Amino acid sequence: MTLIHQIKFLIRKEIMLEWRSRYALNGILLYVVSTVFVCYLSFREISNPPTWNALFWIIMLFASVNAITKSFMQESRGRQLYYYTIAGPHAIIISKIIYNVLLMLLLSIIALGFYSLVFKNPVGDPLFYMLAVVLGSISFASVFTMISGIASKAGNGGALMAILSFPVVIPLLLVLIKLSKNALDGLDRAVSYDEIAILLAINVIVITTSLLLFPYLWRD
Amino acid sequence: MNKSWWKILAIVLVLFSIIGGFLFHVPAKPILNESIRNIHFHVPMWFAMITMLAVSFVYSIKYLNKGNENDDLMAVESANVGIVFGILGLITGMIWANFTWGEPWSNDPKQNSSAIALLIYMAYLVLRNSMDEEQKRGKISSVYNVFAFPIMVVLLFVLPRMTDSLHPGNGGNPGFNTKDMAPELRPVFYPACLGWILVSLWITNLRFRIRKQENLNS
Repeated sequence: MTLIHQIKFLIRKEIMLEWRSRYALNGILLYVVSTVFVCYLSFREISNPPTWNALFWIIMLFASVNAITKSFMQESRGRQLYYYTIAGPHAIIISKIIYNVLLMLLLSIIALGFYSLVFKNPVGDPLFYMLAVVLGSISFASVFTMISGIASKAGNGGALMAILSFPVVIPLLLVLIKLSKNALDGLDRAVSYDEIAILLAINVIVITTSLLLFPYLWRD
Repeated sequence: MNKSWWKILAIVLVLFSIIGGFLFHVPAKPILNESIRNIHFHVPMWFAMITMLAVSFVYSIKYLNKGNENDDLMAVESANVGIVFGILGLITGMIWANFTWGEPWSNDPKQNSSAIALLIYMAYLVLRNSMDEEQKRGKISSVYNVFAFPIMVVLLFVLPRMTDSLHPGNGGNPGFNTKDMAPELRPVFYPACLGWILVSLWITNLRFRIRKQENLNS
């Protein structure tokens, strides 16, 4: 099988497995919705747009850590060995990243929708804010996928995942908050090109290092 | 003797930078005044930290390629020493900031970034300690180290340059720029940087040898 064929196959497998149980998907959607609701009940209203923005990204951060932690941990050792026999490590990490990007896109769109529903949406340039959210989903997915692989290999799940991923994701979060703040204020789009370039550059670095490193992690 | 020339050089350079840093003439600038002498102590700490973390990165790559246990020991010991120099850099910086910017923590992007960089490497140590089996520990922590280093470089060298900072070279600091640092500071500043980098290498070397000896005994 060629690489692209393997990747397609693995992504289809991920989606099918998820669709059959819908446990993780429903769980994480409920997680986002209830977090937003808890925030709503404790804040009631947010009159300050930067706070609105920061709270949204904090919710996204925790939701995505929870969503992506599962991507390696839910699979048993035997099943992982089976993948090893049918596909290469590159196909596996790429398929996981793509699947997680899709998951994060779905998650963030629902989160943003519900968040704007309960807290009045002050965004000045909604289309550009969406772009920030899409870039955010891609970045979170690419960073967390590799970290979740590392954490699952180290053998103790949740706590380690948070410790390892938060410091690594902070640079991305800083740029994302700045980019979305620009969109929130409805600034001229040309102002934010720097941030977009930085985000894309970080993503390229993260994905290439993941591709280079995953084969070492995979081998036991 | 011929192998220890760089250790002697390290001692000489650091002693020179301490004496020169406290006694030589410095330009009198508003706000900074005599506190500018701290540049010979604060900045070299960061150079030493970055050097040690880069050493750790290189040895982690080496370990992943060859699987030699000593490379892993070297990687973790240089990360340890890097963290110590990072903490020293933060402390010297906070003392300096207290006098010039008015408070120890002034929400400066470089200050925040360096604190985050320290968090990354502390997470690396936590990750290492969470595993017992040596080969697995070495491999997984090396993967994390190699993964985190490029992000840390972006964090320390790219992001602070995009926003206003109280540090020179980024935004409105009244004193000086890295580009036009006063010429009378340079003869002390450069030897200080080199000296502290050599000292950090020396400490790492010692710690590595102790660790290797412990491994042999156990």
